Amino acid sequence: MSSRRYGPLHGIWAVANRELIKWYKVPFIMGISLVQPVLWLALFGKAMNLGNLFTSSSLQIPGLDLPSQVIDELGRDIMLRVFGVTDYFSFLAAGMLSFIVLFMSMNSGMSLIWDRRLGVLNKLLTTPVPRSNLVIGKSVASVIKSLAQASVVLLVAVLLGMRFRAGLSALDFLGTYLALFLLSMGLSSLFLLLALRSTSWESQMMIMNLVNMPLLFTSNSFYPLQMMPWWLRDVAVFNPITYSNEAIRGLLLGVPGVNLYLDFAYLAAFAALFTGLLALMARWMLSR
Amino acid sequence: MPEGSAAIVARGLTKVYGRLVAVDHVDLDVGEGEVFALLGPNGAGKTTTVGMLTTLLRPTEGTAIVGGYDVVREPDMVRRVIGVVPQEYTADEDLSGWENLMFMASLYGIPRDEARRRAAELLEMVELSRFARVKVESYSGGMRRRLELAMGLINSPRILFLDEPTLGLDVQTRAAIWSYIRRLKDEYGMTILFTTHYMEEADLYATRIAIMDRGRIVKVGTPRELKDSIGGDVVTLNVDNMAAAKEVLRSAGIDAREYDGSLVFKLRDASTALPEILRALMGSGIQVRRMEVSEPTMDEVYLEYTGRRLRDAQASSEEAFALRATLRRARS
Ligand SMILES: Nc1ncnc2c1ncn2[C@@H]1O[C@H](COP(=O)(O)OP(=O)(O)OP(=O)(O)O)[C@@H](O)[C@H]1O
Ligand SMILES: [Mg+2]
Repeated sequence: MSSRRYGPLHGIWAVANRELIKWYKVPFIMGISLVQPVLWLALFGKAMNLGNLFTSSSLQIPGLDLPSQVIDELGRDIMLRVFGVTDYFSFLAAGMLSFIVLFMSMNSGMSLIWDRRLGVLNKLLTTPVPRSNLVIGKSVASVIKSLAQASVVLLVAVLLGMRFRAGLSALDFLGTYLALFLLSMGLSSLFLLLALRSTSWESQMMIMNLVNMPLLFTSNSFYPLQMMPWWLRDVAVFNPITYSNEAIRGLLLGVPGVNLYLDFAYLAAFAALFTGLLALMARWMLSR
Repeated sequence: MPEGSAAIVARGLTKVYGRLVAVDHVDLDVGEGEVFALLGPNGAGKTTTVGMLTTLLRPTEGTAIVGGYDVVREPDMVRRVIGVVPQEYTADEDLSGWENLMFMASLYGIPRDEARRRAAELLEMVELSRFARVKVESYSGGMRRRLELAMGLINSPRILFLDEPTLGLDVQTRAAIWSYIRRLKDEYGMTILFTTHYMEEADLYATRIAIMDRGRIVKVGTPRELKDSIGGDVVTLNVDNMAAAKEVLRSAGIDAREYDGSLVFKLRDASTALPEILRALMGSGIQVRRMEVSEPTMDEVYLEYTGRRLRDAQASSEEAFALRATLRRARS
């Protein structure tokens, strides 16, 4: 049996597949992780529909008797100039795709910690799967889960009234998934990196809770960069979520002024950096 | 070197944790096809030794060759030829026994058809076929051990490592596990290295035993050799005149103790030496009413080399295991 040959990717799918089997065995967890982004969509996206601020009913200034079309026209203009689209809901919905990916990818480290605590890892480490592939397999599983969940969020958003740009093509969706894939790969690897030596799921949870909101709010998920104070903007330009949001809004909503090359280059660099780092660190961090 | 070429060779194998020397310059030679036991109490360093031999732990010092490959320089090659059944349970509780085996098979890159055949065969062997589709969560301790054994065999390893394969199991289940292991050995002729603190197990199933204590190997040999090494068989004589008999024995260079109304002494090579002694006793007019010759137990061997009885070690090890199992349950 020792003559069996192993390719450089040996074991990645095997490891990922185990995670996925465990995942779709428990549809409850799948459902639970969808609650947050869908709630955000429904409550925040619908209630905070900023477009309503600039309509004739809310923008009626006493004494100044402007015709309502003018005001509506003005409102649309403001929305377009700030958000790049006329309805805030679509803007937010695009941001929620990155949100669910962040939310799902952060969990990647947990399975490693459990495997270590329950002794499964000791078993995995005596098989011919390279250390790097053990963790990359987990990363891949996390990416697949993230993309599946993102698809559900996208579907819900469409049902709730998300509007795409005119002349949308299949290529735009492909690009959207590519952006989410790169974001997820980078984030999953990052959180696995944090879990490489850890045995404490409590501390991993703490880290997750500590960084998820800041990561979200220092990105353009809720409002565009132009609306941010300068210091926040300076942080947001480093946040990979900013780039996936921008790419997706450019592709799906037709938000103008989007530099797709920059977005994808940044996301690819982010994914490559952390996946590479993870593979490298796993080699010596997993052995004792 | 017993039985063919070497499957495992270790020289000066050492593992240091901070200031604790968990394994201290261990030398091992395990021949191809041997069933080799590492016998020792809690904390002796058995698991740590197995960890280094199975590429899980990096030795602080020393070398080990397993299946012809160096565990530090060619760990990937070592991993291909070994099977490991760790002390802890390692099956995924959320998956069924079948799924666990298929997962293990995929880690070894075994093609699906072959994996299915092998998994079915192994489940059959450890008598878990009926529970193949049941989640491991609901397996009993004995069932889990059997599954672990099957998982360690999925890649048809040349060398199998078993770390306390029967820890915490009742007597029947232990016997069952050993009957599977023996069958394996007969069928596939693999080399087996197991750790245990059950002396009977080492005595019954091992071709050779290494007694380990505080990180060191204090004695290696076949069960026979180990027992012989502590001064031969134990002879118990019931005689009419104890004092006179003792005198006769002393003149033959034997130091006998009185125990429970009988004389007890150790005798090397009893089958040839005993007739001489009986002749001498009867020559002095002493009547021998009853006579018993027994082999020394491994317990006595163990006491001789470690200064401790293994019975105590055994109890505390089972406690530790029970504690771990409780903790594991508590988390879910
Ligand atoms: N990761 C570690 N860090 C520090 N000390 C360790 C570590 N692993 C083991 N030890 C120590 O090394 C010694 C040997 O442990 P080991 O688990 O090898 O013993 P063992 O013979 O397998 O015992 P048992 O019968 O309880 O399984 C013990 O004193 C243990 O506390
Ligand atoms: Mg042990």
